[in-house]
Amino acid sequence: MIIRILSEGQFDVPDSEVDKLNELDSALESAIDSGDDDAFRDALGQLLGRVRETGQPVALDALIPSNLVLPDPAATLAEVRDLLNDDGLIPG
Amino acid sequence: MSSTIMQRIALIFRSKANTALDAAEDPRETLDYSYVKQQEMLQKVRRGLADVATSRKRLELQMQQLEQASTKLEGQAQQALGAGREDLAREALTRRAGLEQQMSDLRAQHANLQAEEDKLTTASQRLQAKVEAFRTRKESIKATYTAAEAQNKINEAFSGISEEMGDVGMAIERAEDKTAQMQARAGAVDELIASGALNDPLSGGKDDITRELEQVSSGNEIEMELARMKGQLTGGSGAPAQIEGQSAQKEGQA
Repeated sequence: MIIRILSEGQFDVPDSEVDKLNELDSALESAIDSGDDDAFRDALGQLLGRVRETGQPVALDALIPSNLVLPDPAATLAEVRDLLNDDGLIPG
Repeated sequence: MSSTIMQRIALIFRSKANTALDAAEDPRETLDYSYVKQQEMLQKVRRGLADVATSRKRLELQMQQLEQASTKLEGQAQQALGAGREDLAREALTRRAGLEQQMSDLRAQHANLQAEEDKLTTASQRLQAKVEAFRTRKESIKATYTAAEAQNKINEAFSGISEEMGDVGMAIERAEDKTAQMQARAGAVDELIASGALNDPLSGGKDDITRELEQVSSGNEIEMELARMKGQLTGGSGAPAQIEGQSAQKEGQA
């Protein structure tokens, strides 16, 4: 599956990773719901780390839509909330 | 099962692309229109990159000016101590501590901007490669076009580039925000440099510590001059010669 990390690019990650990634994603979701900044940073870091570790960077000139998209490593909790609410963050 | 965060964000990007695709009557028009937008985005990311670089250079110049001012204050503190003016030395060192604080702020901002610049550089390279791939794909799709056959190819190419455009667009906006914040703070530092709290090397103006130190040393010279004159009046030859000797020695050192 193709996973994009915003501001970093796309990775081709083996489908076998999906359970582990979902697990890390739900930790991220609870951190966002509870508004816990430290837990958010930690969960986001782990999720992004796993994608970078297990994925291969996709060729720069590939034109493939991603199956999954992850926040920018530097994104704040508030920014990710806005992104999820589609708060006009994505231009165009 | 409810969607994960990563599915939800992907969906938001995809629905943006679909809305644009649905709006076009002839999908081939979408290709051309999108290509124009891509060119604009490339221009935008390059301008953004230039803005960040300009801000970074301004910051570097300010850091240099603060560094010079800090070195100067340290010298003044030593000079003031030598003249027995501990109060003045304390004032100079206090100001220097304030500058050190400013400089550590600027260093953090500098690292921040440098990171944005690096991100935009790779974003620009990525977009450039994808735009080029899109152009090739667009021409081949148009050449072999039959509506049903090409639709899928168009959708994929368009969604792929649209996602990249959204990503790069967000990166530019973030970089612009940071640059704007930085410029507001840089303005404050420029004011500090211009305010005379620091000596502006261009204006040739003197700060108050320098003026006081000059007064201290000209006060000493006046005392010495007075002593010499007094010596001449009393007709003694020992004392004035001694003072002149000291004065010559001082000039020799300087």
